[in-house]
Amino acid sequence: MSEPLVFELGHPGRLAGAQVPEAEAAVDLPPEMLRETRPQLPEVSELDAVRHYTRLSQQNYSIDTQFYPLGSCTMKYNPRGCNTYAMLPGFLDRHPLAPEDVSQGFLGCMYELQQMLCRVTGMQAFSLTPMAGAQGELSGVAMIRAYHLDRGDTERTEILVPDAAHGTNPATAVKCGYTVRELPTADDGDLDIEALRKLAGPHTAGIMLTNPSTLGLFERRIREVHEIIHGAGGLLYYDGANLNAILGKVLPGDMGFDVIHINLHKTFSTPHGGGGPGSGAVGVGARLAPFLPTPFVGIGPEGYRWVDAADHPKSIGRLSAFMGNAGVLLRAYIYMRMLGRRGMERVADYAVLNANYVMAQLAAAGFDLAFPERLAGHEFIVTLKRQAREHGLTAINLAKALLDRGFHAPTTYFPLLVPECLLIEPTETESKETLDRFVGAMAEILAEAQVDPEKSRQAPVTMPVRRLDEVRAARKPDLRYRP
Amino acid sequence: MPFIPHTRADTDAMLKAIGVGAIDDLFAEIPAELKLQALEGIPGAIGESEVGRLMRRRAARDEMELNFLGAGAYEHHIPAAVWELTTRGEFYSAYTPYQAEASQGTLQVIYEYQTMMASLTGLEVSNASHYDGACALAEAVLMAVRCNRKSRSGRVLVPRALHPHYRAVLATITSTQGIELVDLPYDPAGGQTDTGALADHAGEDITAVVISQPNVFGVLEPADEMTDWAEDNGALAVAAVNPMALGLLKPPGEWGREGAAIACGEGQPLGVPLSSGGPYFGFLTCRQALVRQLPGRLVGRTVDVDGKPGFTLALQAREQHIRRSRATSNICTNQGLMVTAATIYMSLIGPVGLRRVAALCHARTAALAAGAQAIDGVSVAFASPRFHEVVLRLPAPAQEVLGRLRAQGILGGVDLGGWYPELGDAVLVCATETRTAQDINHYVEALRSAIGAIGDGA
Repeated sequence: MSEPLVFELGHPGRLAGAQVPEAEAAVDLPPEMLRETRPQLPEVSELDAVRHYTRLSQQNYSIDTQFYPLGSCTMKYNPRGCNTYAMLPGFLDRHPLAPEDVSQGFLGCMYELQQMLCRVTGMQAFSLTPMAGAQGELSGVAMIRAYHLDRGDTERTEILVPDAAHGTNPATAVKCGYTVRELPTADDGDLDIEALRKLAGPHTAGIMLTNPSTLGLFERRIREVHEIIHGAGGLLYYDGANLNAILGKVLPGDMGFDVIHINLHKTFSTPHGGGGPGSGAVGVGARLAPFLPTPFVGIGPEGYRWVDAADHPKSIGRLSAFMGNAGVLLRAYIYMRMLGRRGMERVADYAVLNANYVMAQLAAAGFDLAFPERLAGHEFIVTLKRQAREHGLTAINLAKALLDRGFHAPTTYFPLLVPECLLIEPTETESKETLDRFVGAMAEILAEAQVDPEKSRQAPVTMPVRRLDEVRAARKPDLRYRP
Repeated sequence: MPFIPHTRADTDAMLKAIGVGAIDDLFAEIPAELKLQALEGIPGAIGESEVGRLMRRRAARDEMELNFLGAGAYEHHIPAAVWELTTRGEFYSAYTPYQAEASQGTLQVIYEYQTMMASLTGLEVSNASHYDGACALAEAVLMAVRCNRKSRSGRVLVPRALHPHYRAVLATITSTQGIELVDLPYDPAGGQTDTGALADHAGEDITAVVISQPNVFGVLEPADEMTDWAEDNGALAVAAVNPMALGLLKPPGEWGREGAAIACGEGQPLGVPLSSGGPYFGFLTCRQALVRQLPGRLVGRTVDVDGKPGFTLALQAREQHIRRSRATSNICTNQGLMVTAATIYMSLIGPVGLRRVAALCHARTAALAAGAQAIDGVSVAFASPRFHEVVLRLPAPAQEVLGRLRAQGILGGVDLGGWYPELGDAVLVCATETRTAQDINHYVEALRSAIGAIGDGA
């Protein structure tokens, strides 16, 4: 049964009495400034609202209810303790403009978080202000631009991006005023170094890389990449989307990167919240430190203090109304404290163990790996090219069949260069039994497709809705309710 | 091992299935010279009990008795149900709703949200939100530049009385896009944007005009006149509004003859706690005709193969994961969880409640202004109509007065001197519906005695 819209539950005159002031205060504003039309908000009781949104929540898959092997998204368990202690009244009620002398508790957490992020990346300074990965990328590329311009180098107009990169990479480079040059991937999954040599030159501002790449593979020739780009006068940007695979194993700073953003909602387990908020904290080496976005937290004789544009004149500037997604940052801080040094080192160990285990089991169950000769990072790619041709088992059909078996689907059709691909990332917080059940479900879907190809085409059949007409949603967009 | 469930036997069995002897063997592709021996400078692990104690101590350290700060972040009552529901694991730990069949809850919430925000701003379409109000404004301005094809200049008029942090973010985000931001001064007596200065730009090629309602001083702008000026001069009107004020004030879609083309703002007043400035959410709404230039996620209602209604992400061809370097924006994320909270808040508060809360905020600030003005030497800086903030000129250095109030547990206002040197002796004060008549009396008395003590040299 579908849940009505909240507007359809309403009745004129009904309201949540405990939440609404009893009478309307007198207002002494010019009448032409006042609202005459009533906004279309629901008129429901508190119980109506509570039941409605509880029922809607039950129509979601989530980490708390299902295994979520969504490649490139690092859907690990979001510890409840992180939520509870980030939502203490002292933190929730703290006004963003509260002066430093009454903010030392909060500022202390942020300062320590900046320090820990420097340690796990090999960077020298961090700003926590970017509010998601794409904003971290934007600030990173903007710093690269500011660096070149500061040196009077105005000829660098290009950013190099691998063809396997996340879509935000090229979109960000353009938003920073650059032309994007795409780098091909070699057959073994590494970056095509010869192509890189040809493209790198006096117009190269920098390169944006994830390592492991979005193919789940560690870029083995990273030292050569670093030498070529730095040799050409460019800088290296590390997209921290896949940091979970190397946490405590290798530092991006040691690989030669000049700037990095970290998706705290991936590696440091802050919740994805149905599509945000995230956090894209950005870190830099010495060369880019003067350009770091403000504000960030410094330390002085009177304790922790904000460093803003006045103290940091070359900064690329401000990216948010205040200081970024503070509540997300607190959750990441708490998580890091609970893991500690050894706990962080184990993250990559078990994320990579789980990925290689599922990869081996799926290969044994008859699935084709995109890169069978390589070790997996924290994720890997299965290609269904053969199964799609032989049994109509496409990536989307398999994804929907998994939903019917109580698993969230892996990432499908990304990266774009592998046909019919599934990008699978189990994360370290899943047990062997869960992984075995997942492999079992995958094998069952494959076996079923060999006998009855129609079945996976019909999936899902157990969800609140079956496959949706996306063409209609695009051609005749219905983006709001009209009674 | 925190949050890792593997037993020794599990690990051994898994390594055997992979065909390697040890976990370290799985990292063989990392060049040996890059491998780290151990992480340095990270403290040892502490358990949940200990971390709880640490966080409680730090949170308590920053607690204040009474808050009168606003300036873009407002303390409103948030019904308990809002965050009880929002932090349910099914909302909290879900991903972006790309697998629509497994995400109908989140998708329907966003569709309801889009309906509410479009209506609240008096426009036709809303996206699924942006990072915060300042970023939503930056995206709105970029959108206006894309939409206004008749204008070639990329010149955008921005009031000086727009929140300085919003102006700063706008500058950061638009600096590489060939956009020129031109200041519009405010009237020093009224505090509203100087429409005479606006008139001076008549006949120029102006791409867009930003209208902040209310502006950073809490003063109401001549929004009708500014919107009509934009219309008459071939510019798009971009509204930056406080959504709580829209319970009471004319929505942007009804400003002037034609309404603003695009509206945006900070959603925090709608059920999101102050929490040091984030996570909040920015809203962005527009006329139907501009929808294909609207950045960010959008949810649409459609039907499934059986004809049953359902929800899915719509018009994704605008976005970076499809269009890559040609996308309308590089942004991937929306603030899904904050939008969930805001949708629940607006459901609980309803149309009547929103108007009453807004009116009460206005009345409380009016009472505070009246009380403060009765103090010798204190005056209200701007004579124009206000929403729920007021600028008070003080007869003593603002920092010193605010410091004395803080010693009594009162955050007494924002010192405007840092942002506007010409307002060096002025503070911006906000009283929402959560400040009772007694709180306001307490504030006025504390302010009186702080000023008195400074005057006495105490």
